[in-house]
Amino acid sequence: MSEGLGRRKFLLYGSAAFGSSFLLKACASPSGDTGSQETTPGTEEGAAPETAAPEVAASGDTIKVGILHSLSGTMAISETTVVEAEKLAIQEINAAGGVLGKQIEAIVEDGASDWPTFAEKAEKLIDQDQVVVIFGCWTSASRKAVKDVFESKNHMLWYPVQYEGQECSKNIFYTGAAPNQQIEPAVDWLLENKGTEFFLVGSDYVFPRTANTIIKEQLIAKGGTTVGEDYLPLGNTEVTPIITKIQQALPNGGVIFNSLNGDSNVAFFKQMQGAGLTPDLYPVMSVSIAEEEVRQIGPEFLVGHYASWNYFQTVESPENQKWVNDFKAAYGQDRVTNDPMEAAYIMVYLWKQAVEQAGTADDLEAVRQAAIGQAFAAPEGPVTMNANHHLSKTVRIGQVRDDGLFDIVWSTDGPIAPQAWNQYVPATKGFACDWSDPTKGEKFPIEGV
Amino acid sequence: MLNLFNAIFNGISIGSVLLIAALGLAIVFGLMGVINLAHGELMMLGAYSTFVVQNVFKPLGDPLFSTYIFFALPIAFIVAAIAGLILERGVIRFLYGRPLETLLATWGVSLILRQFVRSVNWVLVIGILIFCLLFFGAYIFLKRSPDRDRIKSWFLGLLLLISTGIATTSSILIAQLGGIGLTRPWFSARNVDVTAPEWLRGGIQISTIQFPYSRIFIIILTLICLMGIYWFLNRSDWGLKIRSVTQNRTMSACLGIPTNQVDALTFALGSGLAGIAGCAITLLGSVGPNTGQNYIVDAFMVVVVGGVGNLFGTVLAALVIGTMNYLIGSGILALILSPIEALKPLTDFFTFFATTSMAKVMVFALIIAFLQVKPSGIFPQKGRTAEL
Repeated sequence: MSEGLGRRKFLLYGSAAFGSSFLLKACASPSGDTGSQETTPGTEEGAAPETAAPEVAASGDTIKVGILHSLSGTMAISETTVVEAEKLAIQEINAAGGVLGKQIEAIVEDGASDWPTFAEKAEKLIDQDQVVVIFGCWTSASRKAVKDVFESKNHMLWYPVQYEGQECSKNIFYTGAAPNQQIEPAVDWLLENKGTEFFLVGSDYVFPRTANTIIKEQLIAKGGTTVGEDYLPLGNTEVTPIITKIQQALPNGGVIFNSLNGDSNVAFFKQMQGAGLTPDLYPVMSVSIAEEEVRQIGPEFLVGHYASWNYFQTVESPENQKWVNDFKAAYGQDRVTNDPMEAAYIMVYLWKQAVEQAGTADDLEAVRQAAIGQAFAAPEGPVTMNANHHLSKTVRIGQVRDDGLFDIVWSTDGPIAPQAWNQYVPATKGFACDWSDPTKGEKFPIEGV
Repeated sequence: MLNLFNAIFNGISIGSVLLIAALGLAIVFGLMGVINLAHGELMMLGAYSTFVVQNVFKPLGDPLFSTYIFFALPIAFIVAAIAGLILERGVIRFLYGRPLETLLATWGVSLILRQFVRSVNWVLVIGILIFCLLFFGAYIFLKRSPDRDRIKSWFLGLLLLISTGIATTSSILIAQLGGIGLTRPWFSARNVDVTAPEWLRGGIQISTIQFPYSRIFIIILTLICLMGIYWFLNRSDWGLKIRSVTQNRTMSACLGIPTNQVDALTFALGSGLAGIAGCAITLLGSVGPNTGQNYIVDAFMVVVVGGVGNLFGTVLAALVIGTMNYLIGSGILALILSPIEALKPLTDFFTFFATTSMAKVMVFALIIAFLQVKPSGIFPQKGRTAEL
């Protein structure tokens, strides 16, 4: 066969491929809704990079910030929406005059759902682009991958997603829920209303495994039982063995606690319905499914199941009304808002407030100190940055309805203070975190426990 | 008894998903020897075709909407087959007999296809069309001209430059004039929601166990595909040619069989089957640019274990792997063994592997052990074919 390929022909087709790749590039760039730096106000010529001090970057007309999320790969489904929320906040701030009189310039990098890539891109943003803050990450695995980078360079990450806790870095601000603001209230609510036998399902990485450790300890403390648990590798779509296990462990129905992430949820709920596990007997409480995911899985597979979050699009407040309208105006009327997007949106504002109070964006130590205590009237209700770099947040539980939004069936009366170190897990019981006091820091024993 | 039946059903249903994903590969890799890493992306194209068909049928309402899957199947087949044909004619036919280069080239194609569905929009499509029209139009024109050999080298370079330039400029212009409708990606990087029709969503209830319709549908679909391929390869004229070319290419060519066309057809057939598989998996899982990646390794595993070039081996391998995966992963094996006291260590052993992640480890370990004993799979090729 190979005699058909002359040198000429090879050159010809090679060059054709080369040409069309050029073409792809050229056509893709004006269209890209992700990746392109739309928020750049066009004054980057003024921002001459300072070489004297590595952290001084905002000396020009703009303040450079980094956005680091997966725009491709298995997590892109979720993380692209967070990028949109962050860009919206930056646009709004820029339209209102910027921070300290300067416009914010966002530099977007793609972590590609690959954890080492996240670390690499974080280093690039800090060293090469000299950003003053990075908003980024979704999965705990990606956060753990970049944590060392931020700590060794003493830089600053704002992280917008609910996570498993057991971490309190000086260099990270967590604006999603800690376990005691999402998982623990959800478990309590389930124990009270839905049953005491739990089956735990999760993706096979750090968040579900840590979250399930907490849940198991909490169930022991509160009189529930864990009848089984299983973990799917990320991206796996064959859930028949898990469904069999659920049927064996809970023949008469029971609670399923789901911390699957990404694509696996689609397979899980589609096949649950096929196997006849309906929400009246097998209510599923999810901690990674919000409005955006419901839309992509298809509401008909999810109606009647539950989710626990701090924010739902159906929260009734003027702030939320305004935000939902602004978001729809910017990205389309058919779009929905959800908890991580809201957390991503408010963290940009919280950072802005901290910078304004500190009077500088470059001195990260001052910004860090100023960030503690910042309050903001968020769409979810009032939030406050605590000394442990987590937010006080209201907790809500919602039930999926036909239109893909949530009916809020339960909520706390007001914001709940975050606990970075879990109080059910023996290894961290009795510890807390306080960055406002230099003698306490990351992990100190609480008096009298 | 019912539990046993349930276990067999689940094993077969996992196996049938593996099988339908591997069928196309069994032809492309098994018969033609092409390591096609873009196979998963051809499945993905089939899944996206299903999504498009579903959206076309949505406004029509029931009862027409509930039949969309029957239209989606042939369309997915055709879309994937055409993509496969372009892939074969454009890339793979230059690389026959060079497996390593094929591997790299098809990996590249799979990356291109994944990025293509993420960023495809009208401007991109129009741009590519203009480029193809200009470049290949002029190329055909050149072929007819009398002194082509003399001017070919510089003319092609020039042609490439001009057509790239025109296509790029015009698409940028269109993008600026056309507004958001033209530049908006069709699918974007986000996963899309394919909803099975109502009648495929429930299941047959037999006492306490429900057998999902979607699984039954996939099993039947797999059977039909299998019979169709068997008939095509063994009873039809083209099937005879395909078999003869895979057995001895040179001799077939001498006897007047158009090997080029046979190659193209075989590859298109394998790709089309990938498209059908893509349509089937929308009933079970998510549809996104990376969908194909979840199946490609399993598909290769099935074909390799079954024995390259043997359809029956592929079937057997898919069923065995599916059943093993289910028995180990669901903990049934540990459950069956648990009453026997003497086998306590064995029970503990299987309980340890009774999670989805660990079951996969176990299955792969077993496959490695199996391939030590039978390196060319369940049914190794014999005789002359083995030399190719």
